[in-house]
Amino acid sequence: MRKIIDWIEHRTGLESAIKNFLYEDIPASSGWHQIIGSMAVFFFIVQVFTGGLLAFNYAPTPGDAYNSVKYIVTELTGGRLIRGLHHWGASMMLIIVVLHMLQVFLYGAYKKPREATWMLGVVLLLIVLAFGLTGYLLPWDNRAYWGTVVTTQIAGQAPIAGPYLTRLLGGEGSVGNVTFSRFYALHTVLLPPLTIILIGLHVFLVRRHGVAPAVGDTAPRRKFFPEQVFKDTVGVSLAFIILFVMAIVARVPLGKLADPTDTNYIPRPEWYFLFLFQTLKFFKGPLEAVGSVVLPGVAVLTLFLIPFIDRGPMVRLGKRTFAFTFAILGLIAWSGLTTAAVVTTPKTAEADETETGPQGLQAWQQLSPEELQGLAYFRKENCKGCHPGAGKRGIGPDLTTMLPAHRNASWMIPHFKAPAQVVPGSSMPPVQLDDAALNALSAFVLKLTPQNDEPFRSAPDFAVQGAMVYQTNHCDACHQINGAGKKVGPPLEGVGQRRDRAWLERHFVDPKGTSPGSMMPPYKFSSQDMDAICQYLLQLPKAGG
Amino acid sequence: MTVGCHEKYIEIRKMDEHQSSDPAVELSPTRRSFYIRFIYGMMSAIGVALAAPAAIYLLFPPKAHKENEWVDATDLSGLPVGTPQEVSFQRTRVDGWRVTSEKTTAWVVKTADNQVTAFAPQCTHLGCAYHWDDPSHTFVCPCHTSAFSIDGKVLAGPAPRPLDRLMVKVEGNKLQIGPPQAHA
Repeated sequence: MRKIIDWIEHRTGLESAIKNFLYEDIPASSGWHQIIGSMAVFFFIVQVFTGGLLAFNYAPTPGDAYNSVKYIVTELTGGRLIRGLHHWGASMMLIIVVLHMLQVFLYGAYKKPREATWMLGVVLLLIVLAFGLTGYLLPWDNRAYWGTVVTTQIAGQAPIAGPYLTRLLGGEGSVGNVTFSRFYALHTVLLPPLTIILIGLHVFLVRRHGVAPAVGDTAPRRKFFPEQVFKDTVGVSLAFIILFVMAIVARVPLGKLADPTDTNYIPRPEWYFLFLFQTLKFFKGPLEAVGSVVLPGVAVLTLFLIPFIDRGPMVRLGKRTFAFTFAILGLIAWSGLTTAAVVTTPKTAEADETETGPQGLQAWQQLSPEELQGLAYFRKENCKGCHPGAGKRGIGPDLTTMLPAHRNASWMIPHFKAPAQVVPGSSMPPVQLDDAALNALSAFVLKLTPQNDEPFRSAPDFAVQGAMVYQTNHCDACHQINGAGKKVGPPLEGVGQRRDRAWLERHFVDPKGTSPGSMMPPYKFSSQDMDAICQYLLQLPKAGG
Repeated sequence: MTVGCHEKYIEIRKMDEHQSSDPAVELSPTRRSFYIRFIYGMMSAIGVALAAPAAIYLLFPPKAHKENEWVDATDLSGLPVGTPQEVSFQRTRVDGWRVTSEKTTAWVVKTADNQVTAFAPQCTHLGCAYHWDDPSHTFVCPCHTSAFSIDGKVLAGPAPRPLDRLMVKVEGNKLQIGPPQAHA
């Protein structure tokens, strides 16, 4: 082993490089207060690691992004944990970076000759915020979408640069594909290497000037390793344990798929941006840009220039009254604004779509049996061959962006029967189905919007088949699902909470046997049909859910 | 190795033993070894706490989907007896976060006694699409010249096992094709 290490050392100098790093001389006054910088580096590594893992199963396009995050969280073992580590890691990273700055600020460690180290640190803080902002959009749920709409609008308010910033963020018109791709590129391609370079420079400067000693510290210097590294490790371990527990206990929600037509959604930023969100409320009309751009800009600039504003010599911590007051006022303002934002915003009861409770409806559960039957015909007739989906180029038009005049069954059904007569020049073949089937097909097609197109189309087979069996056997002549159908028999929403599979199967074969006095005739389904209708009915959501 | 380099090397070796140039601030050996053990111990523990979920996340298969795997493939009466036919049909496949409906094919052989066999359309060697060669009465793979008999047995070439079979069910006049059969 020694031989191998010696060989590597001789060829690369790796060992001496590491040891030179570890055996750096540090002031005798170094100690627990200086562990936070190492913790920030550690959290950056955790973010890179978990981010890379998420990217392995993530589809960076709107729509697919949402489904792939859902897939990571619900289908992959450990996926929820990895996402939790990344999500909470981001928050903890920000807390740690701010604490690190606070420590440096209170100890006056930014003073000559360490001004550049401080300024690089401020840039790194902004990068951490940029990570948070860009990463927020990537799950593409309502929270992500609406949060980003507001962000890009704020960027647009900046004096002079506003319109250019909006264009740069792809937010012109509306938030969509372009914004998404740019945020993704920033979050995963541009910012990580930039951060690595800047952390490297930052650490290089720390080494160049040495760790700042306390005032009047003339004791003999010590080595960084092992005592200070031990303290750093204690800090890192504690923070990691907190992160790990958070990732397991506190679920990161995934809301509904981003819906630009949702008028009820109240956008709110991530918690660490809430103070800005609240500040905005104090500025009305033409003054709005003051709150959204000018004030934060001045704050960042002040932070950046602190080493030049406060140029006095290093002073003992206890005598830095001004710095103390400044930091405490800042903290009070921040917490006050954040609390105010939390208190004054009504809570949006957004369901976690990764939970299979009565609230978090799957896409197909929002479709009526007839619409699902329509989807069955949609698949059978291979409609998607020419209408591949929202935003995709096909032979036929995008069904989600139809003219309003065509958005009704009385236009749709004659069109199905004789496309070329309704739309001259159409190359669509007539749909050879009976009227009931055409009604269903039309009901399904009319339901499509750019947002729900993909989730509706990918409804599971059992639901489509089950609804088909339900419709062809005219179950709706006696039963209701989501208000559709008659009320002779009991409504079937949430039947899975009342009955199980075995009961249903017996019930179909012999209704009177399971429900004495039932008027329902017996049904003899093939095993395939029985399977489909039972699965379908058992997974119907509760009424009003 | 130059002298300067060697001197540096000696110096580095020494660093391991002495942690300060000033003996007054040296740590006691027990304290020092406790620190070092704690550092290695905690760092390894964190490493494992990150690596283990990562390995599970990447290596465990996604949760199984209950799919309706039986598909109406073709009309039985249309199939000739004793000549394999390539039958194509729509099948839904779970592809990561998407459920796609895609065209698949199978080679279907109907015998005189109305027994039906369906073969998966890939050669068992490296997955090329093979076809039925009527003159030689064999399935021939164009990639590495594997050949299979009408009942799927390997006749020639590098194929390691007979053609993979798909489960079949006959309901009335309809041929239904299901998931692959387990290897015998």
